[in-house]
Amino acid sequence: MTALALENLSKTYRNGHEALRGIGLQVERGDFFALLGPNGAGKSTAIGIISSLINKSAGRVGVFGHDLDTEPAAVKSSIGLVPQEFNFNQFEPVVEIVVNQAGYYGIARREAYQRAEVYLKQLDLWPKRDTQARTLSGGMKRRLMIARALVHRPRLLILDEPTAGVDIEIRRSMWDFLREINGQGTTIILTTHYLEEAESLCRNIAIINHGRIAERARMADLLRRLHTQAFVLDIRDALPSIDDIPGFGVTLLDSTTLEVTVNRDQGLNPLFSVLSERGIEVLSLRNKQNRLEQLFIDMVKGGVETGGRGA
Amino acid sequence: MTQTTVYWVAFKTILTKEILRFARIWVQTVLPPAITMALYFVIFGKLIGAQIGDMDGFRYIDFIVPGLILMSVISNSYANVVASFYSSKFQHNIEELLIAPIPNFVILAGYVGGGVARGVVVGVVVTMVSMFFTDLSIHSYGVTLVVFVLTSVLFSTAGFINAVYANSFDDISIVPTFVLTPLTYLGGVFYSISLLPPFWQTASLANPVLYMVNAFRYGLLGVSDIAMWQAFAIIIGFVIALGAFAMWLLRHGVGIKS
Repeated sequence: MTALALENLSKTYRNGHEALRGIGLQVERGDFFALLGPNGAGKSTAIGIISSLINKSAGRVGVFGHDLDTEPAAVKSSIGLVPQEFNFNQFEPVVEIVVNQAGYYGIARREAYQRAEVYLKQLDLWPKRDTQARTLSGGMKRRLMIARALVHRPRLLILDEPTAGVDIEIRRSMWDFLREINGQGTTIILTTHYLEEAESLCRNIAIINHGRIAERARMADLLRRLHTQAFVLDIRDALPSIDDIPGFGVTLLDSTTLEVTVNRDQGLNPLFSVLSERGIEVLSLRNKQNRLEQLFIDMVKGGVETGGRGA
Repeated sequence: MTQTTVYWVAFKTILTKEILRFARIWVQTVLPPAITMALYFVIFGKLIGAQIGDMDGFRYIDFIVPGLILMSVISNSYANVVASFYSSKFQHNIEELLIAPIPNFVILAGYVGGGVARGVVVGVVVTMVSMFFTDLSIHSYGVTLVVFVLTSVLFSTAGFINAVYANSFDDISIVPTFVLTPLTYLGGVFYSISLLPPFWQTASLANPVLYMVNAFRYGLLGVSDIAMWQAFAIIIGFVIALGAFAMWLLRHGVGIKS
Protein backbone atom coordinates (compact mmCIF):
# COMPACT_ATOMS: atom_id res chain seq x y z
CA MET A 1 0.00 0.00 0.00
CA THR A 2 1.17 3.50 -0.78
CA ALA A 3 1.70 5.75 2.23
CA LEU A 4 2.11 8.89 0.15
CA ALA A 5 1.23 9.60 -3.45
CA LEU A 6 1.94 12.95 -5.06
CA GLU A 7 0.62 13.53 -8.56
CA ASN A 8 1.64 16.47 -10.67
CA LEU A 9 2.04 18.63 -7.57
CA SER A 10 2.75 22.28 -8.34
CA LYS A 11 3.16 25.39 -6.30
CA THR A 12 3.63 28.92 -7.54
CA TYR A 13 3.88 31.56 -4.82
CA ARG A 14 2.23 34.96 -5.12
CA ASN A 15 5.55 36.52 -6.06
CA GLY A 16 5.65 34.25 -9.10
CA HIS A 17 8.28 31.85 -7.75
CA GLU A 18 7.62 28.31 -8.99
CA ALA A 19 8.66 26.17 -6.02
CA LEU A 20 7.25 22.89 -7.39
CA ARG A 21 6.80 22.09 -11.06
CA GLY A 22 4.49 19.11 -11.28
CA ILE A 23 6.27 16.57 -9.12
CA GLY A 24 5.13 12.97 -8.84
CA LEU A 25 6.28 10.71 -6.04
CA GLN A 26 5.21 7.56 -4.27
CA VAL A 27 6.36 6.38 -0.88
CA GLU A 28 5.46 2.85 0.15
CA ARG A 29 4.01 1.97 3.53
CA GLY A 30 6.70 1.17 6.10
CA ASP A 31 9.45 2.86 4.12
CA PHE A 32 12.18 5.06 5.54
CA PHE A 33 12.42 7.58 2.76
CA ALA A 34 14.87 10.42 2.18
CA LEU A 35 13.74 13.56 0.40
CA LEU A 36 16.84 15.53 -0.41
CA GLY A 37 17.71 18.62 -2.35
CA PRO A 38 19.69 21.83 -2.10
CA ASN A 39 18.29 24.87 -0.30
CA GLY A 40 15.30 26.29 -2.16
CA ALA A 41 14.78 23.10 -4.19
CA GLY A 42 11.17 22.69 -3.03
CA LYS A 43 11.44 20.12 -0.21
CA SER A 44 9.86 22.24 2.48
CA THR A 45 7.16 23.43 0.09
CA ALA A 46 6.27 19.82 -0.71
CA ILE A 47 6.16 18.96 2.99
CA GLY A 48 4.12 22.09 3.71
CA ILE A 49 1.52 21.07 1.12
CA ILE A 50 1.34 17.47 2.35
CA SER A 51 0.82 18.64 5.92
CA SER A 52 -1.75 21.35 4.99
CA LEU A 53 0.44 24.31 5.90
CA ILE A 54 0.74 25.53 2.32
CA ASN A 55 -1.98 25.69 -0.33
CA LYS A 56 -1.02 23.86 -3.51
CA SER A 57 -1.46 25.45 -6.93
CA ALA A 58 -2.27 22.17 -8.72
CA GLY A 59 -1.98 18.42 -8.40
CA ARG A 60 -3.08 15.77 -5.94
CA VAL A 61 -1.90 14.57 -2.55
CA GLY A 62 -2.94 11.11 -1.35
CA VAL A 63 -2.05 9.67 2.06
CA PHE A 64 -2.88 6.01 2.73
CA GLY A 65 -5.49 6.20 -0.01
CA HIS A 66 -7.17 9.36 1.30
CA ASP A 67 -7.27 12.46 -0.86
CA LEU A 68 -6.20 15.70 0.82
CA ASP A 69 -8.87 17.71 -1.03
CA THR A 70 -11.84 15.47 -0.27
CA GLU A 71 -10.81 13.80 3.01
CA PRO A 72 -8.58 16.34 4.76
CA ALA A 73 -9.36 15.06 8.27
CA ALA A 74 -8.34 11.49 7.38
CA VAL A 75 -5.12 12.72 5.78
CA LYS A 76 -4.27 15.01 8.69
CA SER A 77 -4.94 12.26 11.24
CA SER A 78 -2.44 10.03 9.46
CA ILE A 79 0.43 12.50 9.47
CA GLY A 80 2.83 13.62 12.18
CA LEU A 81 5.07 16.55 11.32
CA VAL A 82 8.41 17.58 12.78
CA PRO A 83 9.09 20.91 11.10
CA GLN A 84 12.41 22.53 10.42
CA GLU A 85 11.87 25.49 12.75
CA PHE A 86 10.77 25.39 16.36
CA ASN A 87 7.05 26.06 16.16
CA PHE A 88 5.72 25.55 19.65
CA ASN A 89 4.70 28.15 22.20
CA GLN A 90 8.01 28.85 23.90
CA PHE A 91 6.29 29.93 27.11
CA GLU A 92 4.29 26.76 27.68
CA PRO A 93 5.52 23.85 29.80
CA VAL A 94 6.86 20.91 27.82
CA VAL A 95 4.12 18.49 28.82
CA GLU A 96 1.38 21.00 27.99
CA ILE A 97 2.68 21.34 24.44
CA VAL A 98 2.41 17.60 23.87
CA VAL A 99 -0.92 17.20 25.68
CA ASN A 100 -2.46 20.12 23.79
CA GLN A 101 -1.37 18.67 20.47
CA ALA A 102 -3.09 15.41 21.40
CA GLY A 103 -6.20 17.42 22.23
CA TYR A 104 -6.26 18.91 18.74
CA TYR A 105 -6.57 15.33 17.46
CA GLY A 106 -9.51 14.64 19.77
CA ILE A 107 -7.56 12.68 22.39
CA ALA A 108 -9.04 13.25 25.84
CA ARG A 109 -6.80 14.92 28.39
CA ARG A 110 -6.18 11.90 30.63
CA GLU A 111 -5.11 9.67 27.76
CA ALA A 112 -3.14 12.53 26.22
CA TYR A 113 -1.18 12.89 29.43
CA GLN A 114 -0.43 9.15 29.52
CA ARG A 115 0.80 9.23 25.93
CA ALA A 116 2.86 12.36 26.58
CA GLU A 117 4.53 10.56 29.47
CA VAL A 118 5.43 7.60 27.23
CA TYR A 119 7.00 9.69 24.48
CA LEU A 120 8.68 12.23 26.74
CA LYS A 121 10.28 9.36 28.66
CA GLN A 122 11.41 7.67 25.45
CA LEU A 123 13.00 10.90 24.34
CA ASP A 124 14.55 11.68 27.74
CA LEU A 125 12.42 14.77 28.30
CA TRP A 126 10.22 13.59 31.17
CA PRO A 127 12.35 15.29 33.87
CA LYS A 128 11.82 18.56 31.95
CA ARG A 129 8.04 18.15 31.64
CA ASP A 130 7.13 21.19 33.74
CA THR A 131 9.85 23.40 32.30
CA GLN A 132 9.01 26.25 29.93
CA ALA A 133 9.97 25.12 26.44
CA ARG A 134 12.10 28.20 25.81
CA THR A 135 14.61 27.08 28.42
CA LEU A 136 15.35 23.76 26.68
CA SER A 137 18.54 23.21 24.70
CA GLY A 138 18.35 22.96 20.90
CA GLY A 139 18.55 19.16 20.99
CA MET A 140 15.79 18.95 23.59
CA LYS A 141 13.57 21.23 21.52
CA ARG A 142 14.06 18.94 18.51
CA ARG A 143 13.12 15.93 20.62
CA LEU A 144 10.10 17.77 22.00
CA MET A 145 8.86 18.30 18.45
CA ILE A 146 9.27 14.58 17.76
CA ALA A 147 7.28 13.68 20.89
CA ARG A 148 4.58 16.15 19.87
CA ALA A 149 4.42 14.73 16.35
CA LEU A 150 4.02 11.17 17.65
CA VAL A 151 1.44 11.77 20.36
CA HIS A 152 -1.53 11.00 18.07
CA ARG A 153 0.28 7.90 16.72
CA PRO A 154 0.51 8.87 13.06
CA ARG A 155 1.12 6.27 10.38
CA LEU A 156 3.29 8.68 8.40
CA LEU A 157 5.95 10.73 10.17
CA ILE A 158 7.52 13.59 8.24
CA LEU A 159 10.79 14.93 9.60
CA ASP A 160 12.12 18.16 8.13
CA GLU A 161 15.75 18.52 9.24
CA PRO A 162 15.08 16.81 12.59
CA THR A 163 18.70 16.77 13.77
CA ALA A 164 19.80 20.23 12.65
CA GLY A 165 22.05 21.74 15.28
CA VAL A 166 22.03 18.60 17.42
CA ASP A 167 25.30 17.21 18.75
CA ILE A 168 26.51 13.89 17.39
CA GLU A 169 25.69 11.83 20.49
CA ILE A 170 22.08 12.96 20.63
CA ARG A 171 21.82 12.67 16.86
CA ARG A 172 22.84 9.01 17.03
CA SER A 173 20.31 8.34 19.80
CA MET A 174 17.63 10.04 17.72
CA TRP A 175 18.58 7.80 14.79
CA ASP A 176 18.10 4.74 17.00
CA PHE A 177 14.73 6.05 18.13
CA LEU A 178 13.60 6.72 14.55
CA ARG A 179 14.75 3.26 13.45
CA GLU A 180 12.67 1.81 16.28
CA ILE A 181 9.59 3.81 15.29
CA ASN A 182 10.06 2.76 11.67
CA GLY A 183 10.51 -0.85 12.77
CA GLN A 184 7.13 -0.67 14.48
CA GLY A 185 5.52 0.17 11.14
CA THR A 186 5.53 3.96 10.95
CA THR A 187 6.43 5.23 7.51
CA ILE A 188 9.05 7.96 7.76
CA ILE A 189 9.95 10.68 5.29
CA LEU A 190 13.13 12.52 6.17
CA THR A 191 14.74 15.64 4.79
CA THR A 192 18.21 16.43 6.02
CA HIS A 193 21.39 18.23 5.13
CA TYR A 194 23.38 15.53 6.89
CA LEU A 195 23.68 13.12 4.00
CA GLU A 196 25.37 10.59 6.24
CA GLU A 197 22.06 10.55 8.11
CA ALA A 198 20.05 9.80 4.98
CA GLU A 199 22.55 7.14 3.88
CA SER A 200 22.46 5.51 7.29
CA LEU A 201 18.69 5.57 7.88
CA CYS A 202 16.86 5.52 4.57
CA ARG A 203 16.09 2.71 2.15
CA ASN A 204 14.76 4.85 -0.66
CA ILE A 205 15.53 8.33 -1.80
CA ALA A 206 14.24 11.13 -3.99
CA ILE A 207 16.22 14.23 -4.88
CA ILE A 208 14.37 17.44 -5.66
CA ASN A 209 16.11 20.13 -7.64
CA HIS A 210 14.59 23.28 -9.10
CA GLY A 211 11.09 22.10 -8.15
CA ARG A 212 11.37 18.79 -9.99
CA ILE A 213 12.23 15.25 -8.96
CA ALA A 214 15.77 14.81 -10.24
CA GLU A 215 16.13 11.26 -8.96
CA ARG A 216 14.02 8.54 -7.35
CA ALA A 217 15.75 5.29 -6.50
CA ARG A 218 16.70 2.74 -3.88
CA MET A 219 19.53 4.10 -1.78
CA ALA A 220 21.75 1.09 -2.53
CA ASP A 221 21.19 1.41 -6.28
CA LEU A 222 21.99 5.08 -6.21
CA LEU A 223 25.22 4.63 -4.30
CA ARG A 224 26.28 1.91 -6.71
CA ARG A 225 26.29 4.53 -9.45
CA LEU A 226 29.25 6.32 -7.96
CA HIS A 227 32.20 5.75 -10.29
CA THR A 228 35.00 6.93 -8.05
CA GLN A 229 35.88 7.17 -4.39
CA ALA A 230 38.36 9.49 -2.74
CA PHE A 231 40.66 8.43 0.10
CA VAL A 232 42.85 10.48 2.40
CA LEU A 233 46.21 8.92 3.39
CA ASP A 234 48.35 10.10 6.29
CA ILE A 235 52.05 9.39 5.66
CA ARG A 236 54.98 9.20 8.10
CA ASP A 237 57.63 11.37 6.36
CA ALA A 238 56.96 14.80 4.91
CA LEU A 239 57.16 15.13 1.13
CA PRO A 240 57.96 18.32 -0.81
CA SER A 241 55.95 17.02 -3.82
CA ILE A 242 54.70 13.78 -5.29
CA ASP A 243 55.00 12.32 -8.78
CA ASP A 244 51.98 10.91 -10.62
CA ILE A 245 51.00 7.31 -9.93
CA PRO A 246 49.66 5.62 -13.10
CA GLY A 247 45.94 4.78 -12.83
CA PHE A 248 45.33 6.91 -9.74
CA GLY A 249 44.69 10.60 -9.18
CA VAL A 250 47.08 11.73 -6.48
CA THR A 251 47.22 15.13 -4.81
CA LEU A 252 49.42 16.26 -1.97
CA LEU A 253 47.09 18.10 0.43
CA ASP A 254 49.93 19.00 2.77
CA SER A 255 53.41 17.60 3.30
CA THR A 256 52.12 14.52 5.19
CA THR A 257 48.64 14.07 3.66
CA LEU A 258 47.76 12.58 0.28
CA GLU A 259 44.39 12.48 -1.46
CA VAL A 260 43.92 9.60 -3.88
CA THR A 261 41.00 9.12 -6.30
CA VAL A 262 40.25 5.50 -7.15
CA ASN A 263 37.84 4.01 -9.69
CA ARG A 264 35.18 1.75 -8.17
CA ASP A 265 36.40 -1.31 -10.08
CA GLN A 266 40.04 -0.69 -9.15
CA GLY A 267 41.85 -2.33 -6.23
CA LEU A 268 44.11 -0.45 -3.83
CA ASN A 269 47.03 -2.94 -3.89
CA PRO A 270 48.82 -1.35 -6.89
CA LEU A 271 48.68 1.99 -5.12
CA PHE A 272 50.31 0.61 -1.99
CA SER A 273 52.94 -1.20 -4.11
CA VAL A 274 53.99 2.07 -5.78
CA LEU A 275 54.03 3.95 -2.48
CA SER A 276 56.10 1.17 -0.91
CA GLU A 277 58.58 1.23 -3.82
CA ARG A 278 59.00 4.98 -3.30
CA GLY A 279 59.62 4.49 0.41
CA ILE A 280 56.42 6.24 1.45
CA GLU A 281 54.99 4.69 4.62
CA VAL A 282 51.21 5.03 5.06
CA LEU A 283 50.08 5.52 8.63
CA SER A 284 46.32 5.60 8.11
CA LEU A 285 43.65 5.72 5.41
CA ARG A 286 40.06 7.03 5.45
CA ASN A 287 37.24 7.90 3.06
CA LYS A 288 37.51 11.54 2.10
CA GLN A 289 33.80 12.21 2.42
CA ASN A 290 30.42 10.66 2.65
CA ARG A 291 29.58 8.80 -0.56
CA LEU A 292 26.04 10.11 -0.82
CA GLU A 293 27.35 13.63 -0.36
CA GLN A 294 29.60 13.20 -3.37
CA LEU A 295 26.75 11.85 -5.46
CA PHE A 296 24.42 14.58 -4.28
CA ILE A 297 26.85 17.32 -5.22
CA ASP A 298 27.45 15.77 -8.63
CA MET A 299 23.74 15.32 -9.21
CA VAL A 300 22.60 18.83 -8.35
CA LYS A 301 25.43 20.15 -10.49
CA GLY A 302 24.34 17.82 -13.31
CA GLY A 303 27.58 15.81 -13.21
CA VAL A 304 26.02 12.37 -12.76
CA GLU A 305 23.51 10.70 -15.02
CA THR A 306 20.21 10.33 -13.27
CA GLY A 307 18.42 7.02 -13.31
CA GLY A 308 14.69 6.41 -12.84
CA ARG A 309 12.62 9.56 -12.50
CA GLY A 310 10.05 10.11 -9.82
CA ALA A 311 7.39 7.44 -9.65
CA MET B 1 -14.30 8.26 18.47
CA THR B 2 -16.99 10.26 16.67
CA GLN B 3 -16.23 13.39 14.72
CA THR B 4 -18.29 15.43 17.17
CA THR B 5 -16.18 14.11 20.06
CA VAL B 6 -12.97 15.02 18.23
CA TYR B 7 -14.25 18.54 17.61
CA TRP B 8 -15.47 18.95 21.20
CA VAL B 9 -12.15 17.80 22.69
CA ALA B 10 -10.25 20.07 20.29
CA PHE B 11 -12.47 23.03 21.21
CA LYS B 12 -11.99 22.39 24.93
CA THR B 13 -8.23 22.13 24.40
CA ILE B 14 -8.00 25.50 22.63
CA LEU B 15 -10.34 27.14 25.15
CA THR B 16 -8.44 25.76 28.15
CA LYS B 17 -5.13 26.84 26.64
CA GLU B 18 -6.50 30.35 26.08
CA ILE B 19 -7.90 30.66 29.60
CA LEU B 20 -4.65 29.41 31.14
CA ARG B 21 -2.74 31.91 29.02
CA PHE B 22 -4.48 35.00 30.36
CA ALA B 23 -4.80 33.51 33.85
CA ARG B 24 -1.04 32.94 34.05
CA ILE B 25 -0.45 36.64 33.36
CA TRP B 26 -3.39 37.98 35.38
CA VAL B 27 -1.32 40.95 36.56
CA GLN B 28 -1.21 42.11 32.94
CA THR B 29 -4.68 40.99 31.89
CA VAL B 30 -7.14 41.23 34.79
CA LEU B 31 -5.65 43.72 37.25
CA PRO B 32 -5.14 46.75 34.93
CA PRO B 33 -8.80 47.09 33.90
CA ALA B 34 -9.83 46.90 37.55
CA ILE B 35 -7.45 49.75 38.43
CA THR B 36 -8.38 51.81 35.35
CA MET B 37 -12.08 51.47 36.04
CA ALA B 38 -11.63 52.35 39.69
CA LEU B 39 -9.93 55.57 38.53
CA TYR B 40 -12.81 56.27 36.11
CA PHE B 41 -15.31 55.81 38.93
CA VAL B 42 -13.37 58.10 41.25
CA ILE B 43 -12.65 60.86 38.73
CA PHE B 44 -15.65 60.86 36.41
CA GLY B 45 -18.13 59.39 38.84
CA LYS B 46 -17.34 60.95 42.18
CA LEU B 47 -15.26 64.09 41.55
CA ILE B 48 -16.57 65.40 38.23
CA GLY B 49 -19.86 63.50 38.28
CA ALA B 50 -20.92 65.23 41.48
CA GLN B 51 -20.85 68.55 39.56
CA ILE B 52 -22.84 67.19 36.61
CA GLY B 53 -26.01 66.11 38.33
CA ASP B 54 -28.50 63.56 37.02
CA MET B 55 -28.56 62.07 33.54
CA ASP B 56 -31.65 60.30 32.16
CA GLY B 57 -32.99 60.32 35.70
CA PHE B 58 -29.95 58.66 37.29
CA ARG B 59 -26.98 59.94 39.25
CA TYR B 60 -24.11 60.44 36.81
CA ILE B 61 -21.99 57.70 38.38
CA ASP B 62 -24.89 55.24 38.06
CA PHE B 63 -25.39 56.32 34.45
CA ILE B 64 -21.79 55.62 33.40
CA VAL B 65 -21.39 52.26 35.18
CA PRO B 66 -22.91 50.12 32.37
CA GLY B 67 -20.78 51.81 29.71
CA LEU B 68 -17.60 51.45 31.74
CA ILE B 69 -18.23 47.76 32.38
CA LEU B 70 -18.93 47.16 28.71
CA MET B 71 -15.88 49.21 27.71
CA SER B 72 -13.72 46.80 29.74
CA VAL B 73 -15.42 43.81 28.15
CA ILE B 74 -14.90 45.23 24.65
CA SER B 75 -11.23 46.09 25.05
CA ASN B 76 -10.29 42.90 26.90
CA SER B 77 -12.13 40.51 24.60
CA TYR B 78 -10.47 42.16 21.64
CA ALA B 79 -7.03 42.32 23.23
CA ASN B 80 -7.09 38.68 24.30
CA VAL B 81 -7.74 37.24 20.86
CA VAL B 82 -5.63 39.66 18.86
CA ALA B 83 -2.61 39.13 21.13
CA SER B 84 -2.99 35.38 21.44
CA PHE B 85 -3.65 34.60 17.78
CA TYR B 86 -0.95 36.95 16.53
CA SER B 87 1.48 35.44 19.02
CA SER B 88 0.58 31.99 17.63
CA LYS B 89 1.34 33.29 14.15
CA PHE B 90 4.56 34.94 15.29
CA GLN B 91 5.85 31.81 17.05
CA HIS B 92 4.42 29.60 14.27
CA ASN B 93 2.55 27.44 16.78
CA ILE B 94 -0.62 28.17 14.81
CA GLU B 95 0.77 25.34 12.65
CA GLU B 96 -0.13 22.94 15.47
CA LEU B 97 -3.78 23.69 14.68
CA LEU B 98 -3.47 23.87 10.91
CA ILE B 99 -2.05 20.35 10.63
CA ALA B 100 -4.67 18.87 12.98
CA PRO B 101 -7.94 17.34 11.74
CA ILE B 102 -10.15 20.10 13.09
CA PRO B 103 -12.36 22.40 11.02
CA ASN B 104 -11.95 26.14 10.92
CA PHE B 105 -15.08 26.84 12.94
CA VAL B 106 -13.58 24.96 15.91
CA ILE B 107 -10.40 27.04 15.71
CA LEU B 108 -12.42 30.26 15.54
CA ALA B 109 -14.77 29.15 18.33
CA GLY B 110 -11.81 28.22 20.55
CA TYR B 111 -10.12 31.59 20.21
CA VAL B 112 -13.37 33.56 20.47
CA GLY B 113 -14.28 31.45 23.51
CA GLY B 114 -10.98 32.49 25.10
CA GLY B 115 -11.77 36.15 24.39
CA VAL B 116 -15.25 35.79 25.88
CA ALA B 117 -13.80 34.07 28.94
CA ARG B 118 -11.47 37.01 29.57
CA GLY B 119 -14.31 39.44 28.86
CA VAL B 120 -16.45 37.67 31.45
CA VAL B 121 -13.69 37.57 34.07
CA VAL B 122 -12.80 41.24 33.58
CA GLY B 123 -16.47 42.22 33.39
CA VAL B 124 -17.17 40.52 36.72
CA VAL B 125 -14.11 42.10 38.35
CA VAL B 126 -15.02 45.58 37.09
CA THR B 127 -18.62 45.09 38.22
CA MET B 128 -17.37 44.19 41.69
CA VAL B 129 -15.19 47.33 41.71
CA SER B 130 -18.18 49.43 40.65
CA MET B 131 -20.12 48.16 43.66
CA PHE B 132 -17.76 50.14 45.90
CA PHE B 133 -19.04 53.33 44.25
CA THR B 134 -22.66 52.63 43.40
CA ASP B 135 -25.61 50.44 44.30
CA LEU B 136 -25.82 48.30 41.21
CA SER B 137 -29.26 47.02 40.30
CA ILE B 138 -30.23 44.94 37.31
CA HIS B 139 -33.35 45.90 35.38
CA SER B 140 -33.32 42.86 33.03
CA TYR B 141 -31.02 39.89 33.66
CA GLY B 142 -31.78 38.46 30.20
CA VAL B 143 -30.88 41.61 28.25
CA THR B 144 -27.82 42.25 30.42
CA LEU B 145 -26.44 38.74 29.95
CA VAL B 146 -27.17 38.46 26.23
CA VAL B 147 -25.70 41.88 25.38
CA PHE B 148 -22.68 41.15 27.57
CA VAL B 149 -21.94 37.84 25.80
CA LEU B 150 -22.78 39.01 22.27
CA THR B 151 -20.60 42.10 22.63
CA SER B 152 -17.75 39.96 23.86
CA VAL B 153 -18.21 37.52 20.96
CA LEU B 154 -18.31 40.42 18.49
CA PHE B 155 -15.09 42.03 19.66
CA SER B 156 -13.30 38.73 20.12
CA THR B 157 -14.06 37.98 16.49
CA ALA B 158 -12.91 41.45 15.48
CA GLY B 159 -9.65 40.82 17.37
CA PHE B 160 -9.23 37.56 15.51
CA ILE B 161 -9.60 39.33 12.16
CA ASN B 162 -7.08 41.98 13.21
CA ALA B 163 -4.61 39.23 14.18
CA VAL B 164 -5.03 37.47 10.85
CA TYR B 165 -3.98 40.62 9.00
CA ALA B 166 -1.31 41.71 11.47
CA ASN B 167 2.29 41.42 10.35
CA SER B 168 3.92 42.93 13.42
CA PHE B 169 3.16 43.65 17.06
CA ASP B 170 2.56 47.28 16.05
CA ASP B 171 -0.33 46.11 13.85
CA ILE B 172 -2.20 44.66 16.80
CA SER B 173 -2.27 47.97 18.66
CA ILE B 174 -3.25 50.24 15.76
CA VAL B 175 -6.93 49.25 15.64
CA PRO B 176 -7.51 49.42 19.41
CA THR B 177 -5.81 52.83 19.58
CA PHE B 178 -7.21 54.52 16.50
CA VAL B 179 -10.55 52.77 16.01
CA LEU B 180 -11.76 50.95 19.09
CA THR B 181 -11.02 53.60 21.74
CA PRO B 182 -12.58 56.52 19.80
CA LEU B 183 -15.65 54.44 18.94
CA THR B 184 -16.07 53.42 22.57
CA TYR B 185 -15.59 56.92 23.97
CA LEU B 186 -18.02 58.31 21.38
CA GLY B 187 -20.42 55.42 21.91
CA GLY B 188 -22.43 56.99 24.70
CA VAL B 189 -20.43 55.62 27.61
CA PHE B 190 -20.24 59.01 29.32
CA TYR B 191 -23.31 60.77 27.94
CA SER B 192 -26.74 60.36 26.45
CA ILE B 193 -26.83 61.22 22.75
CA SER B 194 -29.97 63.25 23.46
CA LEU B 195 -27.56 65.90 24.75
CA LEU B 196 -25.92 66.23 21.33
CA PRO B 197 -26.95 68.59 18.51
CA PRO B 198 -29.21 66.88 15.90
CA PHE B 199 -26.36 66.37 13.38
CA TRP B 200 -24.12 64.58 15.92
CA GLN B 201 -27.07 62.57 17.19
CA THR B 202 -27.53 61.22 13.67
CA ALA B 203 -23.79 60.74 13.16
CA SER B 204 -23.59 58.79 16.44
CA LEU B 205 -26.06 56.26 15.05
CA ALA B 206 -23.33 55.08 12.66
CA ASN B 207 -21.27 53.96 15.66
CA PRO B 208 -22.04 50.29 16.45
CA VAL B 209 -20.69 50.62 19.99
CA LEU B 210 -23.54 53.04 20.76
CA TYR B 211 -26.07 50.23 20.31
CA MET B 212 -24.19 47.87 22.61
CA VAL B 213 -23.66 50.42 25.36
CA ASN B 214 -27.30 51.49 25.26
CA ALA B 215 -28.60 47.93 25.20
CA PHE B 216 -26.40 47.07 28.18
CA ARG B 217 -27.50 50.22 29.98
CA TYR B 218 -31.08 49.19 29.36
CA GLY B 219 -30.32 45.79 30.89
CA LEU B 220 -28.92 47.40 34.05
CA LEU B 221 -30.87 50.67 34.41
CA GLY B 222 -33.87 50.28 32.10
CA VAL B 223 -33.04 53.38 30.00
CA SER B 224 -31.67 53.61 26.47
CA ASP B 225 -31.31 56.09 23.62
CA ILE B 226 -31.89 53.24 21.16
CA ALA B 227 -34.83 50.89 20.65
CA MET B 228 -33.93 47.38 21.86
CA TRP B 229 -34.91 45.63 18.61
CA GLN B 230 -32.63 48.00 16.74
CA ALA B 231 -29.74 47.41 19.14
CA PHE B 232 -30.07 43.62 18.96
CA ALA B 233 -30.38 43.69 15.17
CA ILE B 234 -27.15 45.68 14.88
CA ILE B 235 -25.25 43.53 17.40
CA ILE B 236 -26.38 40.21 15.90
CA GLY B 237 -25.80 41.53 12.39
CA PHE B 238 -22.23 42.44 13.23
CA VAL B 239 -21.60 39.11 14.97
CA ILE B 240 -22.80 37.21 11.89
CA ALA B 241 -20.92 39.43 9.42
CA LEU B 242 -17.61 39.34 11.30
CA GLY B 243 -17.96 35.61 11.99
CA ALA B 244 -18.56 34.89 8.31
CA PHE B 245 -15.60 37.05 7.34
CA ALA B 246 -13.31 35.35 9.85
CA MET B 247 -14.36 31.94 8.48
CA TRP B 248 -13.65 33.12 4.95
CA LEU B 249 -10.18 34.27 6.01
CA LEU B 250 -9.47 30.89 7.62
CA ARG B 251 -10.81 28.94 4.65
CA HIS B 252 -8.50 30.83 2.29
CA GLY B 253 -5.58 30.77 4.71
CA VAL B 254 -5.22 34.55 4.58
CA GLY B 255 -2.30 35.61 6.75
CA ILE B 256 -1.58 32.07 7.92
CA LYS B 257 -0.87 29.99 4.81
CA SER B 258 1.31 30.62 1.77
